[in-house]
Amino acid sequence: MSKPDFEPKIIVFACNWCSYAAMDLAGTSRTQYPHNVRIVRVMCSSRVTPEMVLTALAEGADAVLITGCHPGDCHYLVGNYKTLARYTLLKKVLDEVGLGDRVRLEWFSAGEGERFAQYVRSFVEEVKKGALSPKSSTPEEGGLR
Amino acid sequence: MNPQTKVKIAFYWNASCGGCEEAIVDLGEDLFKVLEVVDIVFWPVALDFKLEDVEKLPDGGIDVAIINGGIRFSEHEKVVKLLRRKSKIVVAYGSCAHLGGIPGLANLWSKATIMDYVYLRAPSVVNESNVLPKEVVQTDVGELELPAFLDVLKPLNRVIDVDYYVPGCPPTPNVTLKAIETLLSGKLPQKGAVLGADVRAVCDTCPLNETKPEKLAIKEFRRPHAFIPDPKKCLLAQGLLCLGPVTRGGCEASCVKANMPCTGCFGPLDNVIDFGARALSFIASIIDQKDEEGIRKALGPVVDLVGQVYKFSLPSGLLKDLIKRKEV
Repeated sequence: MSKPDFEPKIIVFACNWCSYAAMDLAGTSRTQYPHNVRIVRVMCSSRVTPEMVLTALAEGADAVLITGCHPGDCHYLVGNYKTLARYTLLKKVLDEVGLGDRVRLEWFSAGEGERFAQYVRSFVEEVKKGALSPKSSTPEEGGLR
Repeated sequence: MNPQTKVKIAFYWNASCGGCEEAIVDLGEDLFKVLEVVDIVFWPVALDFKLEDVEKLPDGGIDVAIINGGIRFSEHEKVVKLLRRKSKIVVAYGSCAHLGGIPGLANLWSKATIMDYVYLRAPSVVNESNVLPKEVVQTDVGELELPAFLDVLKPLNRVIDVDYYVPGCPPTPNVTLKAIETLLSGKLPQKGAVLGADVRAVCDTCPLNETKPEKLAIKEFRRPHAFIPDPKKCLLAQGLLCLGPVTRGGCEASCVKANMPCTGCFGPLDNVIDFGARALSFIASIIDQKDEEGIRKALGPVVDLVGQVYKFSLPSGLLKDLIKRKEV
């Protein structure tokens, strides 16, 4: 279970056009957010398959955050609707096996750097309160990899 | 043929329904052709060889061990480890040995819950003195032992090294025969190969493939008991959740030919690491809804999504070590 010095690892998938730009903005604006997130840039959130999310969890990520453009704003017109369908199905499966709180989907426009930082802060806090991934490295084992 | 030069084969079953044994017998007259070149040295379901007979064989003394069923009891573990030592080639036969199979869905629940439900709470159970199976029991005739019920069900390759796989629940006679022919031919494929089946999906050999629309768009799925599908039209186009597009072919679409959607028993195609995840991805791609509520509505008739997409592969997929097992 959670320990006071537990630093979770969170994999963030970011779409090239909106949400990665938001994260970039957070960076260039020097907005502080926890270092627990590892950002993986993909061309579109619909590139993120359920296999990628499950692989992240199976390899020891404590949580996964999929991000993309707001509905209607997709660079490829309908990519994020496909993401939503995939996520909804995956979430249904994860809820069933007790992992539902470990995977999330959130939309960020290119201008929402501050909102992204805020979101990550509260997400990290929530993950810290939750259970440790069975495969996550504990602080005694060297903490963050 | 001289019995000395015959290929020595052993069959064994673990946690399975017996359908795989039936599938071997279903070879019918072809079984006699196989028996001309094969000597069966161990087959608990049909022949009277004992485990001691296997123990007496030299290591590597069996050419091929064909093992079906998932590993659920300590006895299964013991026997398959022995067979691995005695056999040159080990083949995981059928969905349970290959991927975990339907009994693998029990991994969603804790061991205690399974015991409790099966022996005490199931509606058909009468067990007034609340007897649960024990590994060691004292009786008038001395101490009796039962194999231990393991924590989870595992596919064969999580317990011993497996050389080849034959998919299906059960493998069809055609697939079985092709697999045995490959094994006897001496031209063995790369280790880890799936024998007897296709490299392409079920859809590829499905007679209804021509009626599959270019773009599938489903507003709401339907369940097979709720209507009689048109046998001449792609089942997906009729709203049935058919896993043909993501399932390995080789079965000649036998379920679809019987007007039932594919449930994925032949498992994933090459290079797919998680059948269920791939199936989810496919299902999501054909849902024609734009918001979460609509998507959930489309899925409404799919009452058990995990059971649907992981029907045969829960203990072998990416979720295997992550499941928080239910206590009910």
